[in-house]
Amino acid sequence: MGPMPKGLKLLTGLTALFFALALYLVFFYAPREAVMGDVQRVFYFHVAAGWVGALAFLVTAIAGGLYLARGERRWDQLALASVEIGVIFTAVNIISGSIWARPIWNTWWTWDPRLVTATIMELIYVAYLMLRQGIEDPDRRARFGAVYGIVGFISVPITFLSIRIFRTIHPVVVGSGDPTAEGAFDMTPKMLQAFMFSLLTFTFLYATLLWHRFRLQQLAEKVEQWKMKVLSG
Amino acid sequence: MAEPLARPSDLAVRRKGGALRSFLRTIWAVLWKDLAAELRSRELLSAMLVFALLVILIFNFALELDVRTRGTITAGVLWVTFSFAGTLGLNRSMAVEKDRGCLDGLLLAPVDRSAIYFGKALGNLVFMLVVEAIVLPTYSALYNINLFVPGLLLVILLGSIGYVAVGTLLASMAVQARTRDVLLPILLFPVVLPVLISAVKASSGFLQGAGWAEISTWINMLVAYDVIFIALSYMVFDYVVEE
Repeated sequence: MGPMPKGLKLLTGLTALFFALALYLVFFYAPREAVMGDVQRVFYFHVAAGWVGALAFLVTAIAGGLYLARGERRWDQLALASVEIGVIFTAVNIISGSIWARPIWNTWWTWDPRLVTATIMELIYVAYLMLRQGIEDPDRRARFGAVYGIVGFISVPITFLSIRIFRTIHPVVVGSGDPTAEGAFDMTPKMLQAFMFSLLTFTFLYATLLWHRFRLQQLAEKVEQWKMKVLSG
Repeated sequence: MAEPLARPSDLAVRRKGGALRSFLRTIWAVLWKDLAAELRSRELLSAMLVFALLVILIFNFALELDVRTRGTITAGVLWVTFSFAGTLGLNRSMAVEKDRGCLDGLLLAPVDRSAIYFGKALGNLVFMLVVEAIVLPTYSALYNINLFVPGLLLVILLGSIGYVAVGTLLASMAVQARTRDVLLPILLFPVVLPVLISAVKASSGFLQGAGWAEISTWINMLVAYDVIFIALSYMVFDYVVEE
């Protein structure tokens, strides 16, 4: 495997640029929310991180399905790379939400459907990583990972549904939500722009990390093969 | 004279589109094997039962199950007990197959592998139902509460089906891992949570005499979950046991 591909270099640079711009938009361009004050600015990266988490787990489920269907190792590598990123971003989502909830809901944590679903999703994929750690045979590890990635991803929406029946206090800013939810607000155009740009930036960040992680895995595999060759030769 | 492998009558059955028939017969064979082994050793059921009773005992002291709190938390106590005892059973039933190389033997048999899955799952379901059938009257007697509500029994059946459907699949993965005993609950509980939530909600609805409109949502959820997870396990089980 050669040096870093041009596309990856470009993507990395672009993501860094976007991120700087997104920070500017979030902290200076977007207006201060009238009721909640500066703590509302958590919202931009909070939602973006949640989106990346869900996207990453969707990619894992799809890559798992492709691995089972075709048996090509690269799909498994993609699935693993995506899970690791998803776990981190879901954690960012939960923690940033918690920081926001402390002043607004007056508690770090509440057993709200959204919060519970996000946490269960996080736990499923931590279990996914533990499952992989417990298996030495690479083929079996890949197969089990694919199966669990699919089962876990299908379970998440049902979990959401099954607790959704309780009333939620989590504000729904995008789409129509209960306007009386604690902490709900209307976005001004400038807020919407900052929000959309954060989503875009985080999506780019996800793609960049995914590509780097995927490449790292292929390099590691290569090293492993060479090691075997040296040892056996 | 050695008996021919397939008797003419078998062949005739197969020719008459008896694929389903032979599928069912395989399921029955696997199920029967598990039941016969259990009838002789009684290892699994006795462990699950004693464990279940111990869990209830612990709850009694941990939660102070007095008359006032009992009504609202009975459903929760029951389902925690069932799911813990169920994990024990699932782990054991797959570990036995793995340890003595029985799983390889099963896989060598020229039968549809999903039939093996259904056989194992049905066996696990039977064990779980037996444990529940003993825990329910015991709990009723200990706490003087009538648990024999037809609705509650239906919920317990539906909940156990969902639990076992996905549990059998995950247990057959967990036993093949290095950390198998600790792994199963970690894999199973987050995935099976919607079943537990709906089962607890529906059970406590029936125990507190809530209206059907309130309970039916949870029953629908249980049925949907059962169907989805049986179908999913049926589709992916091949990949889990493949060598």
